[in-house]
Amino acid sequence: MSIWIKEEAKVLVQGITGNQGTFHATKMVEYGTKIVGGVTPRKGGQIVDLGGVQSPVWDTMVEAIEATDADASVIYVPPRFAGAAIIEAADAFSQVRGNGVIVCITEGIPTLDMVKAVDHVSKIDGVRLIGPNCPGIITPGDNGGAKIGIMPGHIHAKGRIGIVSKSGTLTYEAVAQAMSIDEGQSTCIGIGGDPVNGTGFIDCLSAFENDEQTAAVVMIGEIGGTAEEEAAEWVAENMTKPVVGFVAGMTAPPGKRMGHAGAIISGGKGTAAEKVAAMEAAGIRCANDPSEIGAVLLKSLKTAGLR
Amino acid sequence: MFREAGLTVQEGVHCTTVEQALAAYDSLGGNIVAVKSQIHAGGRGKGSLYHPDSGDLVMEGGVKIAFNREDVENFANNILGNVLVTKQTGPDGKLVNNLYVEGGCQIAHEYYLAILIDREEKMPLIMASCEGGMDIEEVAENTPEAIFKVHVDPQTGLLSSQAQDLANSLGLSGAAVDSFVKNVTGLFELFVSKDCSMVEINPMVRTEDDRIVLLDAKVGFDENALFRHPDIMELRDLSEEEPTEVRAKAADLSYVKLDGNIGCLVNGAGLAMATMDVIKLYGGEPANFLDVGGGANEEQVTTAFGIIMEDPNVKGILVNIFGGIMRCDIIARGVIAATQALDLEDPLVVRLVGTNFEEGRRILSESGLNIHTAETLAEGAQKIVELVGGGN
Repeated sequence: MSIWIKEEAKVLVQGITGNQGTFHATKMVEYGTKIVGGVTPRKGGQIVDLGGVQSPVWDTMVEAIEATDADASVIYVPPRFAGAAIIEAADAFSQVRGNGVIVCITEGIPTLDMVKAVDHVSKIDGVRLIGPNCPGIITPGDNGGAKIGIMPGHIHAKGRIGIVSKSGTLTYEAVAQAMSIDEGQSTCIGIGGDPVNGTGFIDCLSAFENDEQTAAVVMIGEIGGTAEEEAAEWVAENMTKPVVGFVAGMTAPPGKRMGHAGAIISGGKGTAAEKVAAMEAAGIRCANDPSEIGAVLLKSLKTAGLR
Repeated sequence: MFREAGLTVQEGVHCTTVEQALAAYDSLGGNIVAVKSQIHAGGRGKGSLYHPDSGDLVMEGGVKIAFNREDVENFANNILGNVLVTKQTGPDGKLVNNLYVEGGCQIAHEYYLAILIDREEKMPLIMASCEGGMDIEEVAENTPEAIFKVHVDPQTGLLSSQAQDLANSLGLSGAAVDSFVKNVTGLFELFVSKDCSMVEINPMVRTEDDRIVLLDAKVGFDENALFRHPDIMELRDLSEEEPTEVRAKAADLSYVKLDGNIGCLVNGAGLAMATMDVIKLYGGEPANFLDVGGGANEEQVTTAFGIIMEDPNVKGILVNIFGGIMRCDIIARGVIAATQALDLEDPLVVRLVGTNFEEGRRILSESGLNIHTAETLAEGAQKIVELVGGGN
């Protein structure tokens, strides 16, 4: 198994006719993801060429899900339209099949748009939002797998490590670190670096805890908010599988936004030191340097009798 | 903006010269006024003003109460053109070019009010306290129970019952309740309609005649939403911001200047922070945060090098790229083009991993340029720290 996204998941691309949408849809097809079509308002009926694979376009998510029975959608629409795209997808999945996973890659969505979108999605059972401002979710398979997002597919391999992270390229580092000790991944999820997002650390940790394929989890945090502290508390009380971690931003100055909209130490809160302390106190071994994640993971696997 | 929204504020005049401040005093009726330094940071009341060249202390307090015309002249002289250092500005402080002269009022009590986004609850949060005035951080730290909190449902907005409850929590009664409800409702509407990230009223006061007046405010705006607020874009004062950060933003790069001597050029915000951390871990000091983004091209890499090198403290540069969608050979060519275009003489360590990294490293090592390569971030950080001779 894996979490939320199976290897054979059928995926729609919202914003498929845009540059980013077409480019990344093609990369997903190359990896082996079953892209079953896409949605762009007023472009229904068109066909988009994804590196030789002809992909149909619908005007709305309802039409697209009715035609394809898609399990998930991935959003590449510009920031000003992304909040509405999330709400459309959530309603459509709920109406047509009662469930679905929405992955929003878009960076730069107004926070109040996300407050409304997240509130809307949270009131619909069976629909999950991952992101925004994230690399997406990937479940590596025996032959290809399901890559829903912008991560480089080829660095992954199927295995038993679950990875959850606020940051994109740091997730790739964590994957490379796992691979350096010959450990593949069950599912890797980027939850995104925005202050208001859908799926959080605890959702992911809980799903990994319940997933048979996952043996251990790597959790990558960064400055801003208190999601890491809350996750640490949850781990201490609920998690039986080993968790290792890393938190970026030990040297970040207070009051400055470090790239991600959510990565800011405000009023002295949200520092990396506080997060690492909370995680260590919960039994999460933390690396000081991303180059050590592999070694720390190996140590934890050995302690747990998994190596 | 507050006045347009129908909120209760004191009459006041924005001034940039002492003469304007005196005229403002006269126009406000020649009674007690507040003379307030205007900078993009809080803690002004408890700040100190220093001479920009000599660094000598000019005056304690960036917000002063003037009882007569001479006071206004004296305070305006001490504020304008001097540097205000507060808890929030950092040790360098901010040059004050603007001040605000505001009519006085008979204060019965000072309160604190703020609206922001609660990241954990994922909804707007209104916080209020009876202990208004100077330092809310201290109140939050020492007596968190003195802060009243109301979460607002994004679909319904602030309910009048919630505003009433908050008024009761603050111990307001009579006409002050109505005045408070009107102001907090208006503020919340403003928070939403202008896409604010934070509105802080400190102090919000109750006057002797039971009116609620918003005496001083700090308002932050969501940068992601500025596209729908051209009026707020116009208010932006670039002289308040670090010039290289402004230029980086124009080139779609995310840059924050720091105090160290090792420049960093990285793709991805998390990895960029981690790169700074690891430089520090191995005894160096990072000079900046710089994220070139996921799909950086040769031109952006060149611009990024230029921005890093504008900082005279930089004695060496560490490039750390995890090539995902972007191929490492393309990045390597970009690095070479940039170093040649800029005649880079400082030591340069490049760590490339990901797609086509072997090809990328080969291109760098065969370039004949003084470029060191590294396989891991730790190795890269150790090399650059060694090359610049330790930390600062």
